[in-house]
Amino acid sequence: MSKKVIEVFNLTKKFGNFTAVDRISFDVKEGEIFGFLGANGAGKTTAMQMLCGISMPTAGEGTVAGYDIIKENERIKRNIGYMSQKFSLYEDLKVWENIRLFGGIYGLSDKTIAEKTNELLKQLDFEQERNTLVKYLPLGWKQKLAFSVAIFHEPRIVFLDEPTGGVDPAMRRQFWEMIYDAADRGITVFVTTHYMDEAEYCNRVSIMVDGRIDALDTPAELRRRFSADSMDEVFRQLARKAKRGDQ
Amino acid sequence: MKQFIAFVKKEFRHIIRDNRTLLIILGMPVVEILLFGFAVNMEVQNIRVAVYDPTPDAFTTGIAERIRQNSYFNYRGSVQTMDEMEESMRKGELDLAVVFQQNFQEELVHSGEADVQLLSNSSDPNRGSIAATYATAIIAGFQREQTDLIQIPFQIQTENRMIYNPLMKSSYMFVPGIMGLVLMIICTIMTSVSIVREKERGTMEVLLASPLKQGTMIFAKTIPYMVISFIDFVIILLLSYFVLDVPVNGSLLLLFFVAILYITLTLSYGLTVSTLVDKQVNAVIFSAITAMIPVLMLSGMIFPVDNMPGALQALSAIVPARWFIEAVRKVMIQGLGVTIAWKEMLVLTGMTLFLLGVTIMKTKKRLE
Amino acid sequence: MKTLKFLIEKEFKQMFRNPLIPRLIVLFPTMVLLVFPWAVSFEIKNIRVDVVDHSKSVYSKRLTDKIAASQYFILHDTPPDYNAAMLNMENDETDMIVEIPASFDVDLVKRRESGVGVAVNSVNGTQGLLGSNYVMQIVNDFSSELRGELTQTLPPQTRVSFMRLKKMNIVPQYKYNPALDYKKFMIPGFMVLLLTILCGILPALNIVMEKENGTINQINVTPISKMNFILAKLIPYWAVGLVVMIISITLSFLIYGLWPGGGVVAVLISSIVFILSVSGLGIIISNYSETMQQASFLVMFFILILVLLGGMFTPVSSMPAWAQAIAAINPFNYLTTAFRMLYLNGSSLADVSGNLLALGAIAVVLNGWAVFSYKKRG
Repeated sequence: MSKKVIEVFNLTKKFGNFTAVDRISFDVKEGEIFGFLGANGAGKTTAMQMLCGISMPTAGEGTVAGYDIIKENERIKRNIGYMSQKFSLYEDLKVWENIRLFGGIYGLSDKTIAEKTNELLKQLDFEQERNTLVKYLPLGWKQKLAFSVAIFHEPRIVFLDEPTGGVDPAMRRQFWEMIYDAADRGITVFVTTHYMDEAEYCNRVSIMVDGRIDALDTPAELRRRFSADSMDEVFRQLARKAKRGDQ
Repeated sequence: MKQFIAFVKKEFRHIIRDNRTLLIILGMPVVEILLFGFAVNMEVQNIRVAVYDPTPDAFTTGIAERIRQNSYFNYRGSVQTMDEMEESMRKGELDLAVVFQQNFQEELVHSGEADVQLLSNSSDPNRGSIAATYATAIIAGFQREQTDLIQIPFQIQTENRMIYNPLMKSSYMFVPGIMGLVLMIICTIMTSVSIVREKERGTMEVLLASPLKQGTMIFAKTIPYMVISFIDFVIILLLSYFVLDVPVNGSLLLLFFVAILYITLTLSYGLTVSTLVDKQVNAVIFSAITAMIPVLMLSGMIFPVDNMPGALQALSAIVPARWFIEAVRKVMIQGLGVTIAWKEMLVLTGMTLFLLGVTIMKTKKRLE
Repeated sequence: MKTLKFLIEKEFKQMFRNPLIPRLIVLFPTMVLLVFPWAVSFEIKNIRVDVVDHSKSVYSKRLTDKIAASQYFILHDTPPDYNAAMLNMENDETDMIVEIPASFDVDLVKRRESGVGVAVNSVNGTQGLLGSNYVMQIVNDFSSELRGELTQTLPPQTRVSFMRLKKMNIVPQYKYNPALDYKKFMIPGFMVLLLTILCGILPALNIVMEKENGTINQINVTPISKMNFILAKLIPYWAVGLVVMIISITLSFLIYGLWPGGGVVAVLISSIVFILSVSGLGIIISNYSETMQQASFLVMFFILILVLLGGMFTPVSSMPAWAQAIAAINPFNYLTTAFRMLYLNGSSLADVSGNLLALGAIAVVLNGWAVFSYKKRG
């Protein structure tokens, strides 16, 4: 049994009268690819932001990378990478400048940054785009770059919020190869998605409905339990109960 | 037409839903008209004055006492040396020094003449010269009493009448200016930033592709802003009248009409700005600078246009606020009618048409 | 400290990649200093006067000529009656009406005193007051002229006591600005205005722009300290402000011959402290705003208050007590005063140290607040 890198218990977030995340509890093991599924508005992003320390939980407790999510959120940040749903690298900076900035923020030296940048650009086959302003990159490339930047400092866990939203299937496959590579290097991957085929790529998945986690297991086990042929069907069975519409 | 109304409604909802912004847009003029209406004035008061008097006598102490009692002056006592006086003036602690010559009274009695020097800190020329004028008047008054003289012959009295503003309140002059300034800033930023925001996010292109004609669409977008700006104007007007005691001597209807012309003009300017830039930051910077600085400097809000050199008077003619402020002063304060204010109104209309023309041309070009 | 370098680098790159900002930093001060000092003057010249002369005598003619010859007045018209003159005023063709009564000359010679009526458009109170004062001066000059000419006509008794009059010579001396040049007074104010606009508006838009673009999230999940993040936002505006000041100091010397007697170093040091405080204010606004539009309204709101209650255009000392209390926490007021002292009074850095201390205190409070109000966790 490997170590648990994320453990949460009864985590809750309320905005006024609205309970975005309702007493969720789960854990994630080291090296795992953990899928965090749910319809739009189910509370995935809010839950993830609490884990990343940029949203204060209303109630509940938990640890990420061994640090308390309430009190030690700044320490957590040293150990994680994050890629948000909305592309959020600096569009008015060049490719290498974005890499350099985030490398620098995590305390890497100029020399390390320079070396790792070359390596990364070669790996991604991006060398021609080194001096391109990020806003001119096609969406799929932007996502790949955002992911690479999120794991540039070799975090223990990387959080990906809908990383493949809006890109074509070929690009999505390439993207998942990158995720597997990262997992092979020992980085725990916490990924939200609403593409159910992608759920199959995960070691375990949880399914959120109306702010609660309604199911959590390996994809195979879930299919068996719901006697479904695909994750898509599992999801549809669960989603039928949802009261919140698309917001 | 149905589409049009639906669109206007949508824009309205959009604005009203963002109640924080709405609060700022409606609250800002309230605070500013009150602050500036009461605080901004040109009167020279609280003149800090000291006396240098090497040989005090009945005359010099008498003059010093008069100055001490005068409400325009803030008497700081006497200084012992000229150096001390120079130093406190340099430190900005003193505005005026009254310097008596040695043996002032003796000189006056024996030689019939004595000198008193007024050193006025004139880094602010207005304040410096007015301070000296006040002090001169006090000393001259003292002299008249002391010399107990017979009636001076061949005096010509002047009888002064202040027309339109008998109490010479600064607010009569500044309130129209503040109206012009605040409306200009709010309207320009409001339109330019919200349209550039849509450009930035790509939603503008979607709208332009809709079945509504571009002109109609832009018009529909500005209607809610027009309503809000007009509410702003009414708020400012009510506060000016009831709180600042600025009269409305002319026709209220005409005043509203002038305001609507000006609001249309400033909104059109906002539209023009939105065609010139494509980032919100730049829209803000551009609107802020072009809406604020020319109004402060060239509109006659603070500095009378008549005093400017010819080239700058010509430049001031393209500042919309200049015409609005002149029209408001005429209608609101001087109580004049459309027979006098038509020129300003015509200029405001002409400017609006020009800006709308530029906007439509620019928009067309972009879409082609 | 090491991360600060990367952050500052990023801010500068972004600033220079904007097509408007670098040009603005150079062109805006140049334009403002080139054009606007000529516009600002309370020196009242060219007051248009209508003289309504009911007397039509030698004396009234002489008085009219004296008014027409004055540097302050332009004789616009000599309408036959007051109503005609009033119509001119309504049409904004004249600013002032001088009415000379029919009995003007008779009164002067027989009663040895006379009067004229002055009506002045006082919508602009100062202009009205000064205008009527100037007329009074001219009339007084005219009457002493007459006194000289007509003394012999006085009875001997009166003449003797009149000649024995004692005289106090009141000699005004205008220190620091003997020519009473309004430009010299306003230029230091313009410098402060430039700093306020550039170093106030740009930071106010900065963080809220990152919020709108979503990049702030990417920053907030990093272990970056709030202090470093805010510092990296502030430092580039220091640079902007210093460039603006260097351009301004140079231009005001080249064009207007104005050089700070208190030393350029003192001017720059004061600027640095001031920039910190306005940029801090900008960052606070940015932290509390949700959209760029909110931020831009708020920053303009505060800039107008800083400027109009800051003593640049109208003196703080003539404001009511509550407004003076606002001025006491207004950084604009402290820097304008300091600049004017350094430029015009030849004051030294030590003389303005009180202003700098106040500015420093304001800067500490505002920037503390800026760091505090930046929330990494919602």
